[in-house]
Amino acid sequence: MSSLAAVLAQAAPGLTAGPAAAAPTPTITVPDIEWTALLPILVLGLGAVLLLTLTSLARGTVTRSGYAIYTVLVATGAMATAAPLWGRVHAWDHLGKWELSPPYGPFSAVAGAIGVDGFSVFITLLIGVAVILGALLADDYLRREGIDGPEYYVLLLLSATGGVIMAMANDLIVLFLGLETLSIAVYVLAAIHLKRVQSQEAGLKYFVLGGFSSAFFLYGVAMVYGATGSTNLVQIKDLLAVKVPTHNALLLIGLGLMLVGLGFKVAAVPFHSWSPDVYDGAPSPVAAFMASGVKAAGFAGLTRAFLLGFGQFASDWQPVLYFLAAASMLVGAIVGITQTNVKRALAYSSINHAGFMLMALQAASPKGVTGLLFYLATYTFMTVGSFGIATLAGRTGDGHHDLADYRGFSRTNPALAGLFVLFLLGQSGFPLTSGFVAKFGSIAAAVDAGSWHLAVIGMVSAAISAFIYLRIIVAMYMAESDTEAAEKAPKAARIKVPFGAGLALVACALATIGFGILPNGLNRVAGEAEPVLVKEPVPAAASGADGAGLTGLDLTTIPTTPTTR
Amino acid sequence: MLRLTWLIPALPLLGFVLLALFGKRLGNPFAGWVGTFFATGSFVAAVLVFAGLYQAGGERNFEQHLFTWLPAGDFSVDIGFLVDPLSATMILFVTGIAALIHLYSIGYMHHDENFPKFFAYLNLFVFSMLMLVLGNNLLLTFLGWEGVGACSYFLISFWFQKEANASAGKKAFITNRVGDWGFMVAIFVVFLKFGSLNYSVILPAAGGLARTTATFIAVMLFVGACGKSAQIPLYIWLPDAMAGPTPVSALIHAATMVTAGVYLMVRCNAFIAASAEWVSWLIAAVGCLTAFVAAMVGTSQYDIKKVLAYSTVSQLGYMFLAVGSGAYVAAIFHMITHAFFKACLFLGSGSVIHGMGDEQDMRFMGRLQRFLPITSATFIVAWLAIAGVPPFSGFWSKDEILEFAYLKSPILGFLGLVTALITAYYMTRQVTMVFWAPARWGEHAVREEVALAPAAVVAAGEGEEADAEAAAAAEVPAGEVVTLVNGLPVEGHEAVVDPHFHPHESGPEMTIPLIVLAVLAVFGGFLNLPFTHGTEFLASWLEPAVRLGYPGGLEPEGPSPLLKVLFAAMSTLVAAAGIAYARSVFKDGDRAKAARFEPALLQDAWRYDRAVTAFMGGPGRRIFDGLAWFDRTVVDGAVNGTGVLIRSVGRGARRIQSGYVRSYALGVAVGAVVVVVLMAVRVLSF
Amino acid sequence: MADLSAAYLGLSAALFAIGALGLIRRRNPLVMIMCVELMLNAVNLTFVTFGNMLNDAAGQAIVFFVLVVAAAEVVVGLGIIVALARRKPGLSADDMNVLRG
Repeated sequence: MSSLAAVLAQAAPGLTAGPAAAAPTPTITVPDIEWTALLPILVLGLGAVLLLTLTSLARGTVTRSGYAIYTVLVATGAMATAAPLWGRVHAWDHLGKWELSPPYGPFSAVAGAIGVDGFSVFITLLIGVAVILGALLADDYLRREGIDGPEYYVLLLLSATGGVIMAMANDLIVLFLGLETLSIAVYVLAAIHLKRVQSQEAGLKYFVLGGFSSAFFLYGVAMVYGATGSTNLVQIKDLLAVKVPTHNALLLIGLGLMLVGLGFKVAAVPFHSWSPDVYDGAPSPVAAFMASGVKAAGFAGLTRAFLLGFGQFASDWQPVLYFLAAASMLVGAIVGITQTNVKRALAYSSINHAGFMLMALQAASPKGVTGLLFYLATYTFMTVGSFGIATLAGRTGDGHHDLADYRGFSRTNPALAGLFVLFLLGQSGFPLTSGFVAKFGSIAAAVDAGSWHLAVIGMVSAAISAFIYLRIIVAMYMAESDTEAAEKAPKAARIKVPFGAGLALVACALATIGFGILPNGLNRVAGEAEPVLVKEPVPAAASGADGAGLTGLDLTTIPTTPTTR
Repeated sequence: MLRLTWLIPALPLLGFVLLALFGKRLGNPFAGWVGTFFATGSFVAAVLVFAGLYQAGGERNFEQHLFTWLPAGDFSVDIGFLVDPLSATMILFVTGIAALIHLYSIGYMHHDENFPKFFAYLNLFVFSMLMLVLGNNLLLTFLGWEGVGACSYFLISFWFQKEANASAGKKAFITNRVGDWGFMVAIFVVFLKFGSLNYSVILPAAGGLARTTATFIAVMLFVGACGKSAQIPLYIWLPDAMAGPTPVSALIHAATMVTAGVYLMVRCNAFIAASAEWVSWLIAAVGCLTAFVAAMVGTSQYDIKKVLAYSTVSQLGYMFLAVGSGAYVAAIFHMITHAFFKACLFLGSGSVIHGMGDEQDMRFMGRLQRFLPITSATFIVAWLAIAGVPPFSGFWSKDEILEFAYLKSPILGFLGLVTALITAYYMTRQVTMVFWAPARWGEHAVREEVALAPAAVVAAGEGEEADAEAAAAAEVPAGEVVTLVNGLPVEGHEAVVDPHFHPHESGPEMTIPLIVLAVLAVFGGFLNLPFTHGTEFLASWLEPAVRLGYPGGLEPEGPSPLLKVLFAAMSTLVAAAGIAYARSVFKDGDRAKAARFEPALLQDAWRYDRAVTAFMGGPGRRIFDGLAWFDRTVVDGAVNGTGVLIRSVGRGARRIQSGYVRSYALGVAVGAVVVVVLMAVRVLSF
Repeated sequence: MADLSAAYLGLSAALFAIGALGLIRRRNPLVMIMCVELMLNAVNLTFVTFGNMLNDAAGQAIVFFVLVVAAAEVVVGLGIIVALARRKPGLSADDMNVLRG
């Protein structure tokens, strides 16, 4: 228990000065560190720092495309280091010719602060994909908008680091650190377009509200700590297994407050109010990353904290998630159809999607997790594709996002319009796109868990939200009136698709169709990506400090004995 | 040969992909030939599969499993095909007619700039329709169902330059949504009850359902079928859908897609059989009423395609009447013959429109028989078929429906017979106005210019004849000069007032499909001749597929020979009466005389459409506005109101506008309170 | 002495509420950031109190992490505010309503 501080110091090497920072005290034991488990985090974090260092040392020698290529390589590297973990978790002997090291099966590392299981590896890979797509989209965008320097890529990699930490967190404080690493980088990303006041406004709004919600999250963690005596999910679970708190008000309120912070990150109603403004104001590639990578990390946090750590209390938090899911689906759909700005409409649609994912999560079943992961994976491609089109259609200045700006889009840019239709149909849950299978899985999980009404609400909201997408499609395929056509020069109407963005869009399109027709492979992988809490084998030196000695705090009998210090 | 089944939908899909990717490069007319090639290939495959099924004998039930699509625990949805007599019959006529219409479109669309795109959509449509028919489970059928809907939407809006087409496309889309909702609910309930959606599982088990459940499923399926097959009250989209290119009207809105509802009802007849008695009454009544109401509207339309559109709605009503009367074979029989003659009529009307230089108003036609010999000959054949003149195909199929309807209830039979009379009447009116009446185009055009004073408008308001004028006049400010041709407003008819204008016959790509369809319209009736059981080919062929729908699995007692003869005589008489009367009214082209038979109420399609539009524009719109207002005022107000409370009294009740960080923060805080309270409630309830 | 722990918890809850209300009520972006800091520090106090009550060092250790995070947040927040203030001196949070609806 008391080794926690040391553990935390190891868990987030990007934020602290390293192992040396944890000054040894009589009660603190330095845990063994399973470096392979930390590799994805290290590659992303150090990759970011390295990029920043190198470019500040040798400014001007690297072209801006070089940054994007570097970022893609780093993300690929992180994914490559995550792949052997997947093999280990699933007890493969080797990956190709690469012998994998024991222990096989899911495991905890760094004194239980980091959990490596199928779930965390899946989310890690997903965040890697989001980073790659985000970098590809941004390459031309940054050049077009005259945003100099490698900062975008550095921040992208750093926020991905935070996301991966969240995905692997087995400790609420580690989760908090990951959340903040992720968020702080994204606050800056949202505000990175210095020439657009909207971008800075979005950054500040996101920052203020994000800090606000993080404080709620942290307060929740504090209460959980007070109620259980630990922030480590493994220990909490062990404690709850042997001792059901009779007065669990503190614990439940703490859980509620944690839900505020995580619900904010995934833009669940009623914590959604920032998302339309921020998606609208932030540079479009950043919005793409926020809707994909950040959301994936947020759901990873929700799953780990609630499903894993407090699975026992499922009957307590399920109604709340139920409420959030229903509200998100309905508000996202209903308010979304009144929007006249494409990026705002996509933001509301993203709220609607968050509702569907929450619906899968609230089932609190393996099927629900599978549905959630499948949804996250397919949704990443659809939403990045949609925001990718918006990136291109926004043109220089990133301001052409009104529905009216999309009139006649099918004439001027038939290929882009066709892709957009595909992504929008996918998001609406059109059959034979991945969105249909995803919605199906989510609804099936809810039905299995007996959440009838929620499933019905989901279907109704899907029907309503179809109009969000329909409006955009209609706008694109409506003829431009003569006067409007004359006003715009033909060469401005035609958008040249840069290589990077084109690659990202084609990848998204292939994924949207591919996972729609043949969802089996992804579904199986998502099914194997189970989240598990594994207790780390207790090192001999620390045997005195395991969960058995824990006592929860009983508010009615606050201990009055003086402390040892 | 049955193993070739997957080729049937795969070929049009391949055609679609090729045309979508390389259509522009293939160009006009080569893209059209590519599209036609794949549609024809699909037809050939369908013939082979049909032959294979015929040889197979026995139960004639073949399933081809391609791969598992949606795995979900113990339940999975496959991509697989079911070939049984019903689907084999459907694919045969769907692919056959589709191939013909592809060919026809090469000629009809030759001047269109989006020629390749048109064929890409057509191929995609054929693919979706085949998935609908061939799918071995409800979900796959639903997928095709959505697919044909989307294609229909694209193709109606194909000429999206025209605002009317875009809005017609939207109307079709939205109306179909209502129907789709019913279908979706039905699928959901079926899934819950059986844990499967495969026809081979659910249909045999349907008999074991609780009566109320089966009733619910059947009604929901019927709602879906109503949307797709344009039955009351969801029929409004179909007449408007005729704004699309004519080949689309022929293929999608006459021959194939709109019959999907009938197909669904016949496919799922086991559910109807298991449900309460009133469901079949409902279906029969809706069908019969639709047939009558739409036929009445057909008597007063001027647009050559609108007449055919309402006629389609009416004929679909007959098919539902058949389904409701338990005459599933008759429904399919009529579906096939209707596909032949209605496709022929639509394509013929397209040929007329083409030859007249894009004129659709029948009042500006006449004496076209001389100029369009092939078109008129085929059109006349199809007319005789739909009017129910023996021995043309329509006579046999319609008669069978009427007999079964009579057995269900004499009232239904009688109303069906009246509708048959009206059908003969309005079709004769059309044929007469278009082909025989004195020509009212070209040199016969009499130009006159009328200055419309407000008084003139009032004067024009008298008499039915002046109604169109009044309508036109209402749109122009009083006092303006309006050009009238033959006493009618000239707007939109510039093309035909040229005295040197001569209609011309269409090219062979267009006439060959017409001839083929006309031949089928003549002989289609021989599929199922009612003389002996030996000549009821279709009935014995379809027997395995419709058996489940019969109560107790036994085919119900059919009409007696006496009844058959009686009805044959009555139908013939009725058809002759309708034809003779319409001919006497319209043959001399006297508009003043004719107008008495075209009341404004019917021209306006019972004002139903207008009422719906008015509702959607008025109260319906206001509901949506109200919701928006609710969100803006009440929801935001609640949030902001809480803020006002917290921010204490000094400021008063000042409104906080949205867009402010602090009101968002307040939203988050209120949400936090709600969540914590929800959690705390759990604690208190211990 | 006996009920001091409860008092600390009450104090931290009060500080947290003050911070939250301040953020909702105030319009100066700098003050808003300070309010967030106040909330985080209120949580810190909670952690310390619980750590003390549970006789556990982790409660105190966590505070350092939170402080680091808070510092990082301030850096970023100030950066964004400076960028905005350069564009519009005397900025209040209510001036930021270009994005709404």
